[in-house]
Amino acid sequence: MIELRGLSFGYDDGDLVMRDIDLVLEDGEFVVVAGRTGVGKSTLLGTFNGLVPQFTGGTLTGDVLVDGESVIDLPPRERAHLVGYVGQDPDAGFVTDTVEEELAYGMEQLGLDAVTMRRRVEETLDLLGLVDLRDRDLSTLSGGQQQRVAIGSVLTMHPRLLVLDEPTSALDSTAAEDVLATLMRLAHDVGITVLIAEHRLERVIPFADRMCLIDGGGGLRVGPPEQMLRHSLVVPPIVALGRLAGWEPLPLSVREARRWVRTWDVELTTPLIPAMGGGRTVVEVRGVTVAHGRRVALQGVDLTLAAGEVTALMGRNGSGKSTLLWTLQGSRPRVGGSVAVDGVDPAAVAPAERRTHAGLVPQTAADLLYLETVAEECAAADEESRTPRGSCRTLLHELVPGIPDDRHPRDLSEGQRLALVLSIVLVAEPGVVLLDEPTRGLDYPGKAALARTLTRLAAEGRAVLVATHDVEFVAEVADRVVVLAEGEVVSSGPTAIVVSETPAFAPQVSKILGPGWLTVAQVAGAMS
Amino acid sequence: MTTARLPRDLHPLAWWMWALGLAAAASMTTNPLVLLLVVAIASLVVALRHGDHPWARAFRLYLWLGLAIVVIRVVFRIVLGGADGTTVLLPLPEIPLPSWAAGIRVLGPVTSEAVLAGLYDGLRLAGIVIAVGAANALANPKRLLKSLPPALYEVGSALVVAVTVLPQIADSVRRVRAARQLRGEPASRWGRLRRLVVPVLEDALERSMRLAAGMDARGYGRAGTSTPQERRATGMLMLVGLIGICVGVYAVLDVTAPRVLAVPMLLVGCGLALAGFVTAGRRVQRSRYRAERWQFTEILVAGCGLVPALTFWAVGRADPLLLHPGVSDVPAVTLPVLLGLLVAALPAIATPPPAQLQVQPARSSAWTHGIGDAAERAPLRQGVR
Repeated sequence: MIELRGLSFGYDDGDLVMRDIDLVLEDGEFVVVAGRTGVGKSTLLGTFNGLVPQFTGGTLTGDVLVDGESVIDLPPRERAHLVGYVGQDPDAGFVTDTVEEELAYGMEQLGLDAVTMRRRVEETLDLLGLVDLRDRDLSTLSGGQQQRVAIGSVLTMHPRLLVLDEPTSALDSTAAEDVLATLMRLAHDVGITVLIAEHRLERVIPFADRMCLIDGGGGLRVGPPEQMLRHSLVVPPIVALGRLAGWEPLPLSVREARRWVRTWDVELTTPLIPAMGGGRTVVEVRGVTVAHGRRVALQGVDLTLAAGEVTALMGRNGSGKSTLLWTLQGSRPRVGGSVAVDGVDPAAVAPAERRTHAGLVPQTAADLLYLETVAEECAAADEESRTPRGSCRTLLHELVPGIPDDRHPRDLSEGQRLALVLSIVLVAEPGVVLLDEPTRGLDYPGKAALARTLTRLAAEGRAVLVATHDVEFVAEVADRVVVLAEGEVVSSGPTAIVVSETPAFAPQVSKILGPGWLTVAQVAGAMS
Repeated sequence: MTTARLPRDLHPLAWWMWALGLAAAASMTTNPLVLLLVVAIASLVVALRHGDHPWARAFRLYLWLGLAIVVIRVVFRIVLGGADGTTVLLPLPEIPLPSWAAGIRVLGPVTSEAVLAGLYDGLRLAGIVIAVGAANALANPKRLLKSLPPALYEVGSALVVAVTVLPQIADSVRRVRAARQLRGEPASRWGRLRRLVVPVLEDALERSMRLAAGMDARGYGRAGTSTPQERRATGMLMLVGLIGICVGVYAVLDVTAPRVLAVPMLLVGCGLALAGFVTAGRRVQRSRYRAERWQFTEILVAGCGLVPALTFWAVGRADPLLLHPGVSDVPAVTLPVLLGLLVAALPAIATPPPAQLQVQPARSSAWTHGIGDAAERAPLRQGVR
């Protein structure tokens, strides 16, 4: 049993991030921590193993108890055998080269004997389905496999509690399901307590025994998920639909919701699929082939993007989404095929002119930023693109109002930073805007704001192409979907048709109400 | 097939001792035939016994580096030509230099003696570099660092992390350079530099903080069971030992120093430092997972590397001209030198093959693009241990 008792935490110069929190975790529980970005989910998780305040600074008061014994004064390393911690980016935490060594690393630090270590490594390989990967180099693993290795590497220490900070945020939905199923098995079969913070509640809620909701004031409310979600600000689409339809108790899984639908007496007419086309063609891609060394990254890709449309680019990790974006931008050399943006091949013109045709926001958007304040970044962007002074700042204000001029770009929230990079890119007035995984780290309101921004950019006569794993975001924003696999386009067409063809890409509303439905807003519209 | 012949990875220290022996031998000679034999032996052993870790593939780079060293040495000899030798190959005119550059010659007649001297010298350096490269290919340097005595564990970990971080920084630089053209270039040179350096450094700093947090959370640096007195004693032993070694080395090299400060002091210093190591190692509460065992084959490999070094040392005393032939004579190889070198080639067949992939994974994709479905498609490795 692990207990937080009267825990408060604050940085030295500001308000309390956590205020007098009490929480008791029983053995074998699966507990989800939710709340808006920046309310202190990671801070709460860090207090369990001591990373807060050891690595963050600030003052922590109260007590952390493991089986009634206080551990709050122990540094993280002395709690390693009690609390296993897995971060967002498993790759950043790996210390060794191969799967097997990584699993053994923690035990070596604990000084366990060779026989025990060997036995536990073999057990863990089996438990997490890593047997076939045991000798593989960690850098060659896929994201989902890496995350499972990261979980395994703390499991071998036999911790009482497993703490995971957004473990699936970088994974596609299939890999995420794999990781979450593994976690559930650990909680149910092995009896390890699992505490997990996650933005995409639709993924984790079906597994949760209890849910902790952090509100803006630093308080914590704990309860069964169906109860907590009734008034939560952040809810997955399934719960939003349940609230709208007045289902009680709220459905948490697609299965439960379908059961409700059968007895639902509201008549809904399936929304019409909006007519395609009409817009001016901005991007014309014909038979594009790109190779990295001997590996073919894109194979004969055809794509047309029209002004006024948002197109979503989907596919599993490594299917060539990023490569396609960089090829459209013009800096990735093609082996064959043609690309025309506004009738110009971006690969054939100088980088300065490229930016006026295709603007790209890369996966790590912060790579574009290098100055100390938001105002300096905006001024530099105006100078670089030779636009009138203040145009970038005006754009930023239109996208996200109220960002202070003197704020350091690193101190912005994910959504604000994305908006800053987007305005720097937009200042060159490109005809097509390309975004690579922009929803990473955004909560539901953040994603909704991004969706509004993208819709507006399209409405202003641009073409927008956004590569993403997030099916709910796609349902919200995209007019069309293009699915890539192994560098080839495997399906493309209006969102409602493409996502209902593939279960892995179907949003929750579509799974519940059948093909044609995408968002809760559509249902609300049909009901009124 | 006996168990000794079943595929397994040898202790990394064995390969490093073998390679350092070969490198030492190479450093003792300028005989081109002997040096070419050294390179050939290193290449042969690597070809037959290299592992499948990424370092193993770097051996070709070492070969190219060796070639570059030889070429550069020869070119330097031609450009800054020595006046030595009479056999003119190419009568180049000398470039007249102002009087303040007296003593420096640029170009001038190219003599075969100058070219050969450059060639021999370059070959020696190339031989040393290639021998060390062979060690890199045969034994993962990271595993070598892990076999350090417990007292040096922290240093070893720091080095391992540093080695791991390098490719990450390269990746970070590549990403930021790609991102650079997504917004324009700053006008000033300083701005352009800042544009590249700031995001890379921020990224590196963030990564290292995350890694530090991750390692701490997994128990790195847990306090052992030692008391403060024990730690102080260990510190004193190490410190006094190091001072002893310093004084001893100085006295050994400086013949005017009192003899009692020379070898005896060195021995006392080494003894104290060793005692410090042992006590420091004893308080460390840490274990090794599947540590390589030091077996007969390891002794054999290390010994095979030392044989040419010892042979060359003996031959060099008896017949210095054999190992350092004049540039006007035809270099020769005698039977003892040849036998000594052939012993070094023995590990190519006498050792068990390394534990290897039965099927090689798709390389280019997996290595250069990190995570991705290509990696998942790669044939699974079936370790044969």
